[in-house]
Amino acid sequence: MHGRPRRPAKPEDAAAAATKAAKLRDLQAQVLRNHHARTYTKEALGLSFKLLEINPEAYTAWNYRKLAFQHNLREFSDPEPIKSAVDDELRVVEVALRQNPKSYGAWYHRKWLLNQRLALVDFKREFGLLDKLLKADARNFHGWNYRRFLARFMGVPDEEELKYTMDKISDNFSNYSAWHNRSILLSNLLVQQRNGFESKQKIFSEEFELVTQALFTDPSDQSGWFYHLWLLSQTSTPANPQLIASWPCNGAKLCLSSVREKVEQNTLSSMWCYSLKEMIVPIVLYFNEPVKGLNPSSVKLKSDLVFGMDIHWRPLSVTDSGYSNCWATHLEITNECSSLQQFSVEVSIPCSDDIVSRSGSRYNCPVHFTFLIELVNRGDTAEDINLFHDPISWDCSEPFQSHYIPFDQLKITSSLVQEDSKWHFERLSDEIDLFRELPDENSKFVKLTLARLLLACAAIKSRGRSLVERKAYCEEALGLFSDLVHLDPSHKHYYEDERSLVLMDKLTCDMETFMKHCSVQVQPNSAPLNHVRLCRLSFTRIGFAERLLWVQVLDLSHNSLRSVEGLEALQQLVCLNISNNRISSFTALESLTKIISLKVLDLSYNDIGAHSIDTTRYICSSPFSHKVEACESFEECQKKNINVEEYWEAILLFKYLKLAQLDIKGNAVASKENFRTLVMTLIPSLKWLDGECVH
Amino acid sequence: MGDEGDLAADKHVRYIVTVEKKKDSFESLVMEHIRLNGAYWGLTTLDLLHKLQAVDAAEVIDWIMSCYDPESGGFGGNVGHDPHVLYTLSAVQVLCLFDRLDVLDVDKVADYVAGLQNEDGSFSGDIWGEVDTRFSYIALCTLSLLHCLHKIDVQKAVDFIVSCKNLDGGFGAMPGGESHAGQIFCCVGALAITGSLHHIDRDLLGWWLCERQCRDGGLNGRPEKLADVCYSWWVLSSLIMIDRVHWIDKEKLTKFILNCQDIENGGISDRPDNAVDIYHTYFGVAGLSLMEYPGVKPMDPAYALPLDVVNRIFLRK
Repeated sequence: MHGRPRRPAKPEDAAAAATKAAKLRDLQAQVLRNHHARTYTKEALGLSFKLLEINPEAYTAWNYRKLAFQHNLREFSDPEPIKSAVDDELRVVEVALRQNPKSYGAWYHRKWLLNQRLALVDFKREFGLLDKLLKADARNFHGWNYRRFLARFMGVPDEEELKYTMDKISDNFSNYSAWHNRSILLSNLLVQQRNGFESKQKIFSEEFELVTQALFTDPSDQSGWFYHLWLLSQTSTPANPQLIASWPCNGAKLCLSSVREKVEQNTLSSMWCYSLKEMIVPIVLYFNEPVKGLNPSSVKLKSDLVFGMDIHWRPLSVTDSGYSNCWATHLEITNECSSLQQFSVEVSIPCSDDIVSRSGSRYNCPVHFTFLIELVNRGDTAEDINLFHDPISWDCSEPFQSHYIPFDQLKITSSLVQEDSKWHFERLSDEIDLFRELPDENSKFVKLTLARLLLACAAIKSRGRSLVERKAYCEEALGLFSDLVHLDPSHKHYYEDERSLVLMDKLTCDMETFMKHCSVQVQPNSAPLNHVRLCRLSFTRIGFAERLLWVQVLDLSHNSLRSVEGLEALQQLVCLNISNNRISSFTALESLTKIISLKVLDLSYNDIGAHSIDTTRYICSSPFSHKVEACESFEECQKKNINVEEYWEAILLFKYLKLAQLDIKGNAVASKENFRTLVMTLIPSLKWLDGECVH
Repeated sequence: MGDEGDLAADKHVRYIVTVEKKKDSFESLVMEHIRLNGAYWGLTTLDLLHKLQAVDAAEVIDWIMSCYDPESGGFGGNVGHDPHVLYTLSAVQVLCLFDRLDVLDVDKVADYVAGLQNEDGSFSGDIWGEVDTRFSYIALCTLSLLHCLHKIDVQKAVDFIVSCKNLDGGFGAMPGGESHAGQIFCCVGALAITGSLHHIDRDLLGWWLCERQCRDGGLNGRPEKLADVCYSWWVLSSLIMIDRVHWIDKEKLTKFILNCQDIENGGISDRPDNAVDIYHTYFGVAGLSLMEYPGVKPMDPAYALPLDVVNRIFLRK
C-alpha cells in the first residue's frame, strides 16, 4: 500500500502475476478451511507458516496458529516439547518480521506467546532480535513498544533502559523514538525518587546540556527541539498550583444598587456592580493551571452579609471534568437595608488537600483578600434601572478613573516559590544566552525556542511581583514572531496566535499602557459601566483573561478572532462587541453561555454560516459528544417545526444567552429565510435585534 | 491553475467501482483480509463525491452481512475471516451510509464490542487480547453510532486513553507508546466522542500536529518522516477536532493531495507518482472534504463519515 512506484502493467508480467496470485489464493483458502475444520496437523500448520511468510497481515492465520498451539499443547507434559513448540512459534514470528518488521499480527503473536509463560524467556534472543530490528530502523515503534513490554516483563530497571536510550541518541541524535522513551523513563525515575534521581534541578540541568549538544550539532533535526520544549515546560512551571487573580480583588469597593440616583452618586468612589435584580455578586478565582476541589471548606468566606443560597463553586471551563483554571461562585445577598450600608467580605484559601492540579500537586500557598460591598436602599418609589430602554451603542465618552480598579496582583510570599524560581530563571537565562549565539540565525526553531524562553523568563520574573517586568520580554518576543511569519509562512497562523497572546500580555501588564484602552461607558438613564476597547489590533485569540475579570463592557471589534475562549472568566461582563472578526460558527461561542450577566452581544460581520466544516463542533457540548441530550434540548423546537438539523448550533447557544440586545447582520446565516424569527423565538428576553425593536 | 489541476472526481469514482471488481490480482489477494475496510473506504469516498448510487445498495449490504459472525456478534475482514473490531466498525459505518442499521442485531453487535473492554478501561481488538488505542476509538465510535455507549464504562475508557498521553502532547498505541498521527487521531476522536477533549493540551498537541506539514506541503505522521496522503486525514481531522487546523497551510496541502492523483486512471497514491490504492484515494478525498474543497461533501472529523449521515444519526428523533 505504501511506497510502490506507479507503473503501467506490462503484458509479459501478466502470466507470472496470475500464477503468483493463484498460488496465494489457494493457500489462503486452504488455511481458512483448516481453521474452520479445526485441523491442526503438522501439514496444516506448515501451510499457515507458508502463508504468514508471504503475507504476515493475514490475521486469521495468526489466530489459527494460536488455536493450534493451544490444542497441540494439551498433548505435552514435559517441558522439552513445550519449549520446542514455543520456539517454533517464535521462529514463525521472526520470519514474518523479516517480511514486514511492522506487522501488528507478528509482534502481538510474540507478546502473546511470552504472556503464556510456558517456557523461560531467552533474554539474549529477545533483546538480540530487538537490537537487530531497531538498528535497521531506529524509529520502528512496534519494536520500541515490544522493548518496553519486554523490559517490564523481565524486570529490567528503568535506569538501564535509560542507558539504552543514551546509546541510541549517541549513535544518532535524530532519534525521536529514543528521546521519547528517555522522557518517559526520566519522568518515572523522578516521580519514584530513585537513587540519583532525587533532584529535578540536577537531572534537568544535565538534560539541557545533552539536548543542547544535539541542537548545536544538527539544528535542522526536529527531535531535539521537541525534547527541548518539554524540558522548558518542566523548568518554568511551578510545582504547585497558584492563585493568580481574583474578582473582586483585594481592596475593591462594589456598589450594588438598582436605584438610579443612588448609583450616580456613588460611582465616583466605587465601582458599580451591575447586577440582576436579584442582588447577586460573583466571586471569581483564577489559577495558573486547571485545579479541582473548590468548596466551602477549601475556600472560606467570612462576612456579615447574609447569603441566600449555599455557597457553591463551579468551574467555568466549558466542558466539565472537574478541573478548571477559573472558578466562580455567585453570592446572593438577602440583607434588608434601611440606608447606605457597607459590608466587608473576606475570602481566604488556606493550604488545601482538596484543591489539586491535574498532576496531583496540592494548593500550598495560603492567600486571602478582602473587598467591600455597599448596599443602597431600594426605597418605595424606586425606579428600576432599565439599561435597555434604548439600544446600547459602542461609543464611550468619559476618561477612566484609575482608582476604580486596583491593578494589584495577589502577592505570592512563599519563600519556596522564590527559591525554585531563582533556579528556573538562571537556567533559562543560560539557555537564552546559548541560543543567541547559535550560528544558523535563520532556523525557525532557533527563533521559536528563543521566543518561548523569553516568555518563560517573563512569567518567572513577574511571579509575585509587578507585571511590568514582562514588558521588555514581550517586546523582544513580538519581534521574533514577526520574523517567524516571514521565515515559515506555512505556519503563519500559528505565529499569529502566539503573537496575539504576547500582545495581549504586553498591553495589559502595564497599567499606564492599559489605561489608554479603558474608559467609562455612559448611557442615558443608567449607571456607568467600565469599558475596555481592544479594537483593530489584529488579535486572533484572547489571552490573559485573568487581567480582565473586572471588565463590564468589552469591545474586541475589528480583529481576527476565531474564538472567544477565555472570556467565560469575565463574570462582570454586560456588553460584548465581537463584530468584524472571524467567528465561523455558533459553537465557537459556548464560553459566553457561562456569563450570566451578559445582556448585549454584537456578532455582526463575522463568518457564521459561511463554512461547512465546524472546527469547534467537538469543543462545545452537543449530542455528538454526548454532553447534551438531543431529545430534551430539541423537543420543543421540533414541536415548533424548527429544522433542528440545520439550526442545532443556534438552538444550543441561544437557549442559554438571556440577551436583551443582539446584532447578527453580516453573517451568512443571518440572511437565511426565517432565521430572524428563529432568533426571536429562541431568545424571549430580546428587545433589540440588529438595531430594531423586537416586540 | 498551476500543474496540480483539479480533483478528477469522475476518474476516482470509476476507479473505485472497477477496483471493487478486481478481486483476483495479487495485490487484492494480499489485502483480502481487509476487504471490509476497503468497502468503507470506497463507499465513503463515493458518498463524498455524491455518487453512492453508483453501487447496488442491496448487493453491498448482503455482502457486508456475509462477513458477520452470528456467534460472536462481530464482523471479519472478509467472508470466513475471524471477527475483529476493526471490521466491525467498518461494517457499522457502511450501514450508516445507507441508513440501514436496521439489518443489524444491534444489541448483539454492541455486546460483542462492549465485551472486549478490559479492567483498565482499554479495549482488546478481539478475543486474543491485543490492546491498542485504535481499538478504544473503534469501540467508542461503533457503540456511539449504535447508541449503546451505556454498555461500557466510558470513564474508564477515557482514563485509559489519557494514560497514553505523551509529554509532547500526542498519544501512542499504549501507555508509553510514541506519538503517532494515526494513534493521535484515534485518541482525539475517542475523547471528542465522549466529550472529553479538555484532557488535551490543545496548543501543545496543535503545534506538534501542525509541524507535520513538510516542505512539499504534505503531512507526515511523526517527526523526520516522509509526507503521505493518509496523514491528510489523521492529522487534519485531529487538528479540526481541537480547533487548530488554521495552523497548517491548507492551500499547500490541497496541492499536495491533488498532485498524488493518477489523472489518467483515477485513484490517489501515498506520494506523487506512486501506485494508487483505495486507502489513499479515500484519505485524499477525505482530506479535501475537511478543507471544504468544492464538490466534496463535508465530513465529520470524529466519526469519519459524511456530516449529513452523522447529523441524521444524532439529531433525528
